[in-house]
Amino acid sequence: MKKFSLFQHALRLCILVTMTGFMNLAQAKIETVEFATPQMEEDYHVLVAELRCLVCQNQNLADSNAELAQDLRHQVYEMLNKGSSREEVVDFMVTRYGDFVLYRPPMKLTTVLLWFGPLLFFIIALTIVITYVRKQKQKDAVEVTQQQQQRAHSLLDE
Amino acid sequence: MSRYLVPIGFFLLVIVLGIGLTLDPREVPSPFIGKPAPEFTLPTLNMPDQTISPSDMKGQVWMLNVWATWCVSCRAEHEVLVKLSRSNHIPIVGLNYKDESEKAKQWLQQLGNPYVVNAVDADGRVGIDWGVYGTPETFVIDKKGIIRHKQTGPVHAQVLQETILPLIQKLQGEQG
Repeated sequence: MKKFSLFQHALRLCILVTMTGFMNLAQAKIETVEFATPQMEEDYHVLVAELRCLVCQNQNLADSNAELAQDLRHQVYEMLNKGSSREEVVDFMVTRYGDFVLYRPPMKLTTVLLWFGPLLFFIIALTIVITYVRKQKQKDAVEVTQQQQQRAHSLLDE
Repeated sequence: MSRYLVPIGFFLLVIVLGIGLTLDPREVPSPFIGKPAPEFTLPTLNMPDQTISPSDMKGQVWMLNVWATWCVSCRAEHEVLVKLSRSNHIPIVGLNYKDESEKAKQWLQQLGNPYVVNAVDADGRVGIDWGVYGTPETFVIDKKGIIRHKQTGPVHAQVLQETILPLIQKLQGEQG
């Protein structure tokens, strides 16, 4: 009986915690942004998806709730509203935060490894696998001496 | 030879990953090094009807320190800055970033004021212009108004001794 009530307590706690979680979710502010043209809206969504939040570096501006990300989203919105092009917004961010702010960094001497590193590793891995497989094949090939071959022939002839 | 390949490969991987672990992913190379300090005109903390601009500091080597009372590591850094300011090596201008002026004043009263002047960047726009992404950040600017160094994260005693102070000395020797 005692055990059961403990379980009930735990269950109640669980429900409570889940509920509070949902409550927080409900209270989370939803950012509403209005655009003059559909083009502007598209530019905005592309930009906030491709610009990195520098505070939580594995998120883009669209996903991040960091205060800086909010400010930068606002900055993007304002610039587009004032008639800036996509490139102008990207330039604005790069002059301030460097190429790092781009999820698709430009090809440069410093980013060559970033672009071709995966290909390089793939080629290395492929070469290793191929040489390994070839060696195994050689090992599997049984060397037969002349004597053995003669014996095999005579056995077959019988 | 080939039986050494796996251990060698493993060893190389350990070295590469080991180097990776010692790097700080938050330390993004600043595009500002060697470029003129972005201009701004902001009200000062103590006298809001007066303004401060980077151009006011031309002709001397100075530091811009971005801080806020809500920033936890700024508190850790503060002591180092106060000590630095007492040694009179370099004027430190504060950029009070997205903060409440009353709280900021209180903080300076309680913990000491290392700044010659504080600029109030209430909405964080100047912060964006300076590429600020994590307080505290500290810039060292030379006599010509060119940014020569940026420290992301708190200036601690070691960085100060090994990097910043020697740089200041070098910059102060340069022609303005």
